[in-house]
Amino acid sequence: MKTIGLLSVLFTGILLMIAVVDFPDWGDPHSPANSYLSTHYIEDVEEETAVPNMVTAVLADYRAFDTMLETSVVFVAGIAIFAILRSIDGTSLAGTTRRLQRRGRSKKEKRKGQGRNRRDEMVAAAEREAAKPDLIVQTTVRLLMPTIQLFALYVIAHGHHSPGGGFQGGVILAAGLILVAMSFGLENTLAQVPEKLSLQLGNLGVLIFAGTGVLCLLLGANFLDYHVLAAIYPATDEIMARSHSMLVVEIGVGFTVMSMLYLIYANLSSHGDLKKGL
Amino acid sequence: MLDLIIAKFNYWVYIVLMMIGLYAMIAKNNYIKKLIGMTIFQTAIMLFYVSIGAKQGATIPIIDHHGDGGDHGEAAEAVGHAVETAAHAAGSLDPDAYVNPLPHVLMLTAIVVGVATLGVAMAVVQKIHDQYGSIEEDEVLKRIKL
Repeated sequence: MKTIGLLSVLFTGILLMIAVVDFPDWGDPHSPANSYLSTHYIEDVEEETAVPNMVTAVLADYRAFDTMLETSVVFVAGIAIFAILRSIDGTSLAGTTRRLQRRGRSKKEKRKGQGRNRRDEMVAAAEREAAKPDLIVQTTVRLLMPTIQLFALYVIAHGHHSPGGGFQGGVILAAGLILVAMSFGLENTLAQVPEKLSLQLGNLGVLIFAGTGVLCLLLGANFLDYHVLAAIYPATDEIMARSHSMLVVEIGVGFTVMSMLYLIYANLSSHGDLKKGL
Repeated sequence: MLDLIIAKFNYWVYIVLMMIGLYAMIAKNNYIKKLIGMTIFQTAIMLFYVSIGAKQGATIPIIDHHGDGGDHGEAAEAVGHAVETAAHAAGSLDPDAYVNPLPHVLMLTAIVVGVATLGVAMAVVQKIHDQYGSIEEDEVLKRIKL
């Protein structure tokens, strides 16, 4: 298997290497990918949306459909992990087939069971040792957390003018929560940011994004065509309405990404019972 | 020959990375190692996309000196002096002065979605371990047949 795999991989690699010779040179400004649509983005982005960061403008306005569905994918991934792993009091919500589990246990494992007790005790002792709170780590996290969250908010809110946006800010927020969960224990963190709240936030994020689109529909434009929202925002013209709507949409993305990554961590690290994390 | 190597070197590096990932997915027995291979593969694709958008001598796709004061573009200012003069002389923006923003957008979302789907994969691996007591492919296959 390994040799067949290696040979086929080498074969594919060599074919690709030969094919790549026909590609445009690296950094060629007139390659096909850089010629048609991207020039429009670069030349007209500021007149059309008043957002100097082209990546944000393309992400949240020109390709807003794509981004909305990517956000939904993140949300659905969170829900899928919930469905696969989450268990309450040891019983899985997904109702896995116990039959397979019983059949899957081999005889060898049953024989191994005798030497188990001592090993279990040692494991438990090591776990107790590891679960002790570490003063240095906890103090550092206490000091770092506000900075991390403030920076995340800056990244979300300033995504129009500097590198950043909802995805990046949401990931930073989630990283902050995961840091707390690792240093203070998952249960303590879940007492602060409960599972229900994060699920609701994830929902809310997608709702904000899709709701902005529906609002545009109700006002008589196409789905996610933001310029009509100038009627709602105070003192904005149609172009600034696009800029502001992008911020709204990015906030929605930030909510979803933060809560879903946090939930994914919580479920994966505690094996679905949300009791004891890493 | 040297020109050819310099012009295509980046693609070759991505192909090598991609093939490392593909080999890990095919040949490794451990599901976690397979997932690592998948992630390497994914990363190679992301690098490939970003390098498609690169342009010789271009700066990041953020217009500096936006609005009246230009207080937002200080970081970009240092990078884009040549860009700035070119753009202002022409009156409108020169497409050759900024890298293509589209691949960046595509990969930005792909990275986050990749993390989320990797989480789903890990959850499935945990479930497999619950059911069969192993994450080695051959062991799991053996136990399915039992």
